[in-house]
Amino acid sequence: MSSWPLLSLVIFLPLVGALFCLVVQGPKEVVDRNCRSAALMTSLVTFAVSLLLWTGFDPTKAGFQFVEKAAWVPALGIGYHLGVDGISVFFVLLSTLLTPICILASWEAIEHRVREYMIAFLVLETFMVGMFCALDFALFYVFFEGVLIPMFLIIGVWGGKRRVYSAFKFFLYTLAGSVLMLLAIIAIYWQIGTTDIPTAMEKLNLSFAWQFWLWLAFFASFAVKVPMWPVHTWLPDAHVEAPTAGSVILAGVLLKMGGYGFLRLSVPLLPEATQYFAPLVFGLSIVAVIYTSLVALVQEDMKKLIAYSSVAHMGFVTIGIFVMNAQGVQGSIFQMLSHGIVSAALFLCVGVIYDRMHTREIAAYGGLVHRMPRYAFVFLFFTLASVGLPGLSGFVGEFLVLIGAFKANTWVGTLASTGVVLGAAYALWLYRKVVFGELTKDSLKAILDMNRREMAIFAPLVLLALWMGIYPASFLDPMAPAVDKLIGDYQAALKLARTAALAP
Amino acid sequence: MDLAVKLIVFLPLLAAAIAGLFCRVIGDRPAQFVTCAALLAAAVLSCWVFVRIGFGPADQKLVVVKLSTWIGSGTLDVDWALRIDTLTAVMLVVVTVVSSMVHVYSVGYMAEDASIPRFMAYLSLFTFFMLMLVTSDNLVQMFFGWEGVGLASYLLIGFWFDKPSANAAAIKAFLVNRVGDFGFALGIFAVWMLTGSVSFNEIFAKAGDFAKMNIQFLGMELNALTTCCLLLFVGAMGKSAQLGLHTWLPDAMEGPTPVSALIHAATMVTAGVFMVARLSPLFELSQTALAVVTLVGAATAFFAATVGLTQFDIKRVIAYSTCSQLGYMFFACGVGAYSAAMFHLMTHAFFKALLFLGAGSVIHCLHHEQDMRAMGGVREKAPQTFALMWVGTLALAGIGVPVILGHGLGFAGFYSKDIILEAAFGAHSTVGFVAFWLGILGAFMTAFYSARLMFMTFYGKYRGDHHTWDHAHESPPSMLIPLYVLGLGAVFAGIVAYNWFVGDSWQAFWGKSIAIASTKEILHHAHEVPLWVKVLPLVMALSGIALSYLYYVKSPDLPARTIAAFPSLHRFFFNKWFFDELYDRLFVRPSLALGKALWKKGDVAIIDGVGPDGIAAGTQGFSSVLSRFQSGYLYHYAFAMLVGVAGLVTYFLLAKG
Repeated sequence: MSSWPLLSLVIFLPLVGALFCLVVQGPKEVVDRNCRSAALMTSLVTFAVSLLLWTGFDPTKAGFQFVEKAAWVPALGIGYHLGVDGISVFFVLLSTLLTPICILASWEAIEHRVREYMIAFLVLETFMVGMFCALDFALFYVFFEGVLIPMFLIIGVWGGKRRVYSAFKFFLYTLAGSVLMLLAIIAIYWQIGTTDIPTAMEKLNLSFAWQFWLWLAFFASFAVKVPMWPVHTWLPDAHVEAPTAGSVILAGVLLKMGGYGFLRLSVPLLPEATQYFAPLVFGLSIVAVIYTSLVALVQEDMKKLIAYSSVAHMGFVTIGIFVMNAQGVQGSIFQMLSHGIVSAALFLCVGVIYDRMHTREIAAYGGLVHRMPRYAFVFLFFTLASVGLPGLSGFVGEFLVLIGAFKANTWVGTLASTGVVLGAAYALWLYRKVVFGELTKDSLKAILDMNRREMAIFAPLVLLALWMGIYPASFLDPMAPAVDKLIGDYQAALKLARTAALAP
Repeated sequence: MDLAVKLIVFLPLLAAAIAGLFCRVIGDRPAQFVTCAALLAAAVLSCWVFVRIGFGPADQKLVVVKLSTWIGSGTLDVDWALRIDTLTAVMLVVVTVVSSMVHVYSVGYMAEDASIPRFMAYLSLFTFFMLMLVTSDNLVQMFFGWEGVGLASYLLIGFWFDKPSANAAAIKAFLVNRVGDFGFALGIFAVWMLTGSVSFNEIFAKAGDFAKMNIQFLGMELNALTTCCLLLFVGAMGKSAQLGLHTWLPDAMEGPTPVSALIHAATMVTAGVFMVARLSPLFELSQTALAVVTLVGAATAFFAATVGLTQFDIKRVIAYSTCSQLGYMFFACGVGAYSAAMFHLMTHAFFKALLFLGAGSVIHCLHHEQDMRAMGGVREKAPQTFALMWVGTLALAGIGVPVILGHGLGFAGFYSKDIILEAAFGAHSTVGFVAFWLGILGAFMTAFYSARLMFMTFYGKYRGDHHTWDHAHESPPSMLIPLYVLGLGAVFAGIVAYNWFVGDSWQAFWGKSIAIASTKEILHHAHEVPLWVKVLPLVMALSGIALSYLYYVKSPDLPARTIAAFPSLHRFFFNKWFFDELYDRLFVRPSLALGKALWKKGDVAIIDGVGPDGIAAGTQGFSSVLSRFQSGYLYHYAFAMLVGVAGLVTYFLLAKG
């Protein structure tokens, strides 16, 4: 089994399904039905194959595993280099898990252009997984940017009323950042003559001035993706207009690309600049936590509220990465995974009632618990996971990040912790307005509880959130060696730089 | 032993899962049966564990059952583990006995409710979290139980989710508790930063080394342990509704009455006291922290009693009384009398649960009437409830004859309250002195308002409507039996347990589960106080009841005349010292306004205006955006301030780094 190119398989399997969707012929209903089934089957098989990555992953090793390496453009030193370590392997799994869930969630909601929709999702999966596996700058950049295209289409074609504005806003924001990242990549290429990322980690040795500018260039790209305050305003619009599954993937996976980018590139390649800019990141993240929590408190649109809460939760992630101790970094990776599950589930929760009522306005609901007890349970479950109730996944990440941050700097730990109070405020307020109260609105009197398909969507997410909350060791242990190595190398590089500076 | 402990903790969880998840399959009766049976079994097992641990040999007074690892990252290790020592064993008995009684009571009280299984499931779930809290072996697991009981409390306060007031109260309870938990979490972080561990054994072993050390906290140079203790104490204040973070407790009375008895009187709200007792080896190293605990406790004991004098809702009177009694427990901890605090916690659990369930019986009898102005003469209709309520009232007022038979003879509350007051007096410190006198005043007011409750409810003529009166009836046996059980506790818990908790054999009983040195000293002083100190509480209690009799039975026009004489003082007490109004102006409204401003002006106008939209609009729009900065509107400045905060934090950290 180990000789199989597992990563390539996981990356490109979805394209097989996409190809099938592309060629299938017949009357519209048949095509739609076939495309749905094909997409679901493909993504499920992909998920099953990706599980082999987990079972085959050696949790004691820090380096890259399942490595595949082939020449691509040898003249330029560009290679096809794939591999996962403890940091990236769970993001691959997260992507392959959420894709079938998204497809299942779109089963009835998407009625026109089903074929194209399914193709977009499968292509998106390829790009996402590829991004997390890529160990070559060129490959990384292609996948990183490639994600934009299907996502742009998903929002722009299947989105809501202001979908074009939102799609362009999303595209421009992220593209503006990415251009700068491309410049940084080229600069690194000029230094070392190859686009191989592990080689760069070993060999790259830049002066502080270089690190300074390259760090900012990467930062521009990743900060938009996370998104960090104040470049977050594309996210609420994109979420509001995107179809449910689009929001799920956006919150679940796409936001993690920013955090992953920091961990994979900024920290190991530019350690001195990372240390230099950490306070800036803390400042912006703390403002993000407090500012967006306050803004979430007054939202009238469900999706916007959850979108703002995402910005706040991702603020914890960026804090954790830059405090650069084991708790902070592991916590932020865990927080990303947990947020991937929980915010995805929350957007799915909105989707359930949006499919029935076609409105996201909070004021249009109230008293749903009377007609939808199962829904009330699931929504409450994920609301609590989102506010970081111990025993559910959200707590572990937040706790680790905050304890790590507190150790590094009491200001950062204390100010960030206020987000925990504010987070509970807006989440419980939303839940109360939508689910509790008397059922007085006529439009809601005939609303139906979740059906089997919808329960099947939520069941794995509920189990995962519990698992991650009660026994997080399954996830923390495999990532520990890679995180230790990341921190060890970082400390060593800083030490080296200090001695170099002290030398006459 | 291991198995028994696991069963005690996990039987309620299992029962909650069965009743909650399969409620529509199994129906009401089985749900009630499963939960009640699980809790009764847990109660029996707890008593067995209590005897084994409390009266076992000195080397067998601590059992730790490790279940699994929980969070491991770098040098941080957190386990799931159950720790049983005397302190925990006491809590196990209190929690499971009261909880099982409340479960049985609920069968009768909630008989006409539409969602019985859900209610029973929540109750059992709460019990599980509470048991996790008291059996925790480390701070993080305690936090798990801590937040878990908060969740159960949220669910149960908002149990009748059609009522907007219940929903508001539920959210308020959760949020105010979160403010406390914020402090608790920071305390955990600080303790871990200091000692490198979150598990109790290691913390206590290392704490002594840090007694004189300072740490940097928010740019201040502070004593390390004092900082830790005060942060943790903020958590205790939130959970135990101490002055400042008490506002949620009275509102929590929106929940069904069994909930008030279990969560908001006997168990959850005492978690803060338990925490301070559990961490007593830590607190005892910081005199400053203990002084703060004493003052906050004493202030709460006094404040809540003053508000209790004026309220008309039968449950709110008892709620303020709970708040006040928790204050007594805290100042007992503050002067070092941890065992006395736990003693009062235990006796209070019995008589306060009795009072709440008795009040529930009255409410049940009068068809959900809670306003005492619409009651009166109920003893005719509910004689057993009437008698049992008197037992609870006398226990709360602390009626008993001091000095005779060695330690006196009286109701449960008599022993525990007196030892607390004696300890405060015996502390011979300024804060102890303040606490003693506030406690004495509190004892007077407690007696007054509890007797007032009795007189307004059970004496005189009925003041409600006739339809209700005609249908009024004594409660069914399922409700009365728990009352009798708790009544037994309210009468005998003090006299039976005195010797173990604070009497001659306290050291053999507690073992090493609480800080020994200070307890030893303070108990010694407490037993040596002059005679007047021992007699004064009884005098205060009796005169409180007598005055109450005068006011509400003899000459019922006195209350109105008193109010007319002191209108502003009455308004101040009646409106609960205006805490809710203050917080609303100070926190709630500004947060919402700021949120709205940041959204509309910050995100939409400024960021989007300057950013994507602005660039699109070109330079033409740009100058107008800039000019908006000098607009004189508050929100613009708020926004500028946030930017400034970001800048300052960055600068500060840069300079530090």
